[in-house]
This record gives sequence, structure tokens and C-alpha cells, in this order.
Amino acid sequence: MKKEIIIPAIKNGTVIDHIPSRVTFRVMRLLDPQEYEHTINVALNLESDKMGKKGIIKISDRVLTQEEVNKVSILAPEVSVSIIKDYSVKKKIVVKLPERIEKIVKCNNPKCITNIEPVDTSFSVISKKPLKIRCKYCERSMSREDIALW
Amino acid sequence: MTFKGRSIISIRDFSKQDLLTVLSHAKKLEKTPQPNLMKNKVMATLFFEPSTRTRLSFVSAMEKIGGSILGFENTDTTSVTKGETLWDTIKMVDQYADVIVMRHSIEGAARLASEASAVPVINAGDGANQHPTQTLLDLYTIQKEKGKLDGLNVGFVGDLKYGRTVHSLCIAMSHFKTKMFFIAPKALQMPKSYLEDLKKNNIPYVLEEDLEKVAKDMDIIYMTRIQKERFTDPVEYNKLKGVYQIDASLLKHTKKNVSILHPLPRVDEISTDLDETPNAAYFRQAGNGVPVRQAIIGLVTGKLK
Ligand SMILES: [Zn+2]
Repeated sequence: MKKEIIIPAIKNGTVIDHIPSRVTFRVMRLLDPQEYEHTINVALNLESDKMGKKGIIKISDRVLTQEEVNKVSILAPEVSVSIIKDYSVKKKIVVKLPERIEKIVKCNNPKCITNIEPVDTSFSVISKKPLKIRCKYCERSMSREDIALW
Repeated sequence: MTFKGRSIISIRDFSKQDLLTVLSHAKKLEKTPQPNLMKNKVMATLFFEPSTRTRLSFVSAMEKIGGSILGFENTDTTSVTKGETLWDTIKMVDQYADVIVMRHSIEGAARLASEASAVPVINAGDGANQHPTQTLLDLYTIQKEKGKLDGLNVGFVGDLKYGRTVHSLCIAMSHFKTKMFFIAPKALQMPKSYLEDLKKNNIPYVLEEDLEKVAKDMDIIYMTRIQKERFTDPVEYNKLKGVYQIDASLLKHTKKNVSILHPLPRVDEISTDLDETPNAAYFRQAGNGVPVRQAIIGLVTGKLK
């Protein structure tokens, strides 16, 4: 418990835990915090018995949708997501990798049309473990390490 | 899946049945030409990147089935679309044509065009990505030369790392009972992702550097060119280039009826002394582009069923 004290508990909202430290900020970006009016607490490089260093994001007064949680799984498949109400966990959301990934990921092929003309990207998930996705346009496949966000 | 209204973008979009449908129509058209099939229909050829060979094949195919053609070939490879987006260009052209044939240097351009277009788009090459009509004519050639597609040993020779035609044909042949031989220098071997897919599909394959060693097993030898641009060291290029040049003496090591294919143009990887042998299938292969492209044009416009 004492590890958790680093970030204050939230009254209501969503907690994303067990994020690999190095992708924590990318997860933040994925959820597009610019649009939020809510308080967000982020911590990284927390000690974790399970995974070494981890990150955690706590968003006050906002309940993430299943779709948003699924997006997170592109970067961090092992996260745990809890919906908090009155300081206690009301619900755990199971993270599921989506079949398709629209818009949020950038194709890593510089010769791909999505990097040249104004087109939304679209990838199909061709393998879940290890993660492999294929660009709908140039058909290059990418693994998790290649994934960059817009 | 029905072909009417469908764009032909990638060989990955084809089921086995789709492949066989195109081949059977090509066969029928070759046997019984249909000079009025595409009467009053217009095909637009948009060659943002020049490819005289491919364009001529499409033009010849369309003219022989009675259709008319409009379009352009951009010989200035540096300017792709002078300011106008591809989307807008297609939105204009689809008003004039019943089918669009497009070649572009940018990967994925054909898929995007098909999303913009109200009429079917046929991808005639999008950068290093796809050139599905080439693959279909390769398949048609194999079927014609061997009388079947199942139970064949197919050898791919040369630049397998960057060779677009090899990658696509490998995907297409995976629908059939095939054994594949990949003969290339280590630096130019098949990309891992294709080999993984073969494993997944239970297609046996062999990686080899020495063509003569495995030549006796092959029914098809699919040659490709090793391009100088792929090498940083010209000495390395000159050394490897010679290893994958073939001439009539290769036939001492092969099955008597082996068929040699090449997407053309060749430079010096196939010696002209092979041209007169019955094994040289590469010129017949180029000719097969006509009925195959006719079949595709007819199918996507709904004129063939
Ligand atoms: Zn792409």
C-alpha cells in the first residue's frame, strides 16, 4: 500500500495501473488529455514486484469507455484498469486488443500514402501475441516496438 | 466473393476461388476472343509513374475486347500530383471512366484510390507494395505451362528480399499444394514475415544459396533481377550477380520440362541462349498478361460472370 501513497487516491474516476514505465507518457497521449478538463495524476518508475518499473495514471471524474481501454492495450497489453467510486474500486475493466486500430497509430513506412497524403491510418491486428499489425494501405507489418503514435 | 464493382488492389484480397475464377475466365478469353465485350466502356489508365510495359499490356487487352482508353503517363517521376490530392484526381476521373487502371510510386496509393473511386480501380503497381495483375498472370502462366497448380516445386531465384513479384506470387501459391525453394544470397533472402506465413500455412520451403544444388527438384524456376542499387559495395554486387545468372547449361541439372519464368525486363540474369529452348516461358508469360487483364477488366465491370 505504501507505494501507492506517491499519488493520492482519487475519489471518482479511472485508474490505469501496471503500465510499463517507458510507455506511460505514450498511453497518456493516446487518451488525448488535451480534451480533458479533469485532474490527471501520473507517476512512473514506481517499483513493482511483478514488472520492475511501472507507471500509473489516475484520471479524476472520468470513466474510460471499453473502446478507450482497448486502445491502451496496443501499447500496454497487461494494464489493469479500475473504475473508482467513492475511493473504492467499483469495476475492473478487462483490456481487449481491438481487431482494427484506426487513426491513432502512425505507419512506420515513410513511403506509405498515409505519411504523404491526408489519410487516416488503419491497421488490422494480424497477431495478438506477439502483437503484429498490418497497414491497410502499404501492407507493411509492424510489431509493438515499431508503433509510433500520431 | 463477387467481382462486379470490386477493386483489384492486393493479392492478399484474393481467396483461392477468386484466383481460380480469374484464371478460368482468362483461359476462356484466350480460346474464344470476345472483341465486343467492352464496347462503349472506357478504361482510364493513370500512370503517375511510368511503366510502358504494363501500360501497353493493359491497353492491348482493352482494345482487343472493344473498349476505349483515356489517360496519361507521367514521365517526370519527380512530380507526383501537382498539388491536387490523389483523392480529388480520382473523384474527377471516375466521372469519365468505367474502370481505372492506376500505377503510382507511393505504397498504398491504389487502396486509397479505390476508396475515393465510384468505379473499380485496378492496381498496376504501387511502389514496392503490390502488382496483383502481374501475380495473376504469373499464376496463369504456371497453370498453362504445367497444366496444374497443385503439387509443384517452385524455385524463386535472385533478389527475394526486395522482389515484389516474388512476395506476391509466394502468397498466391500458398493457396495450392506447393513446395518452395528460395535461392538467393543470404543478404537477399526472403523476408522473415513471409517465411512465418508459409509455416503457418504448412507450406514446406527450402532456403538455399546454390541453384545447381536444388535445380533438379524444380518444376518452375522464377528468376528475378539482382539490382545494383541494393548493394553498398560494388565488388559484392559483381560477385553475386554472376552466381545468379543462368544459361542453357543449367538445363543439364534440371528436370527436362522445367519452366523458366521471369517478370521481365531482364538484364543479363538469363542468357539469350535459353530463349530458343522450350523451357523459356518468359516471353509467353508476358503475352499471358493480355487474357488475364481482359478477364479482370471484364469481371470488375460486370461484363463477365
Ligand atoms: Zn502504411
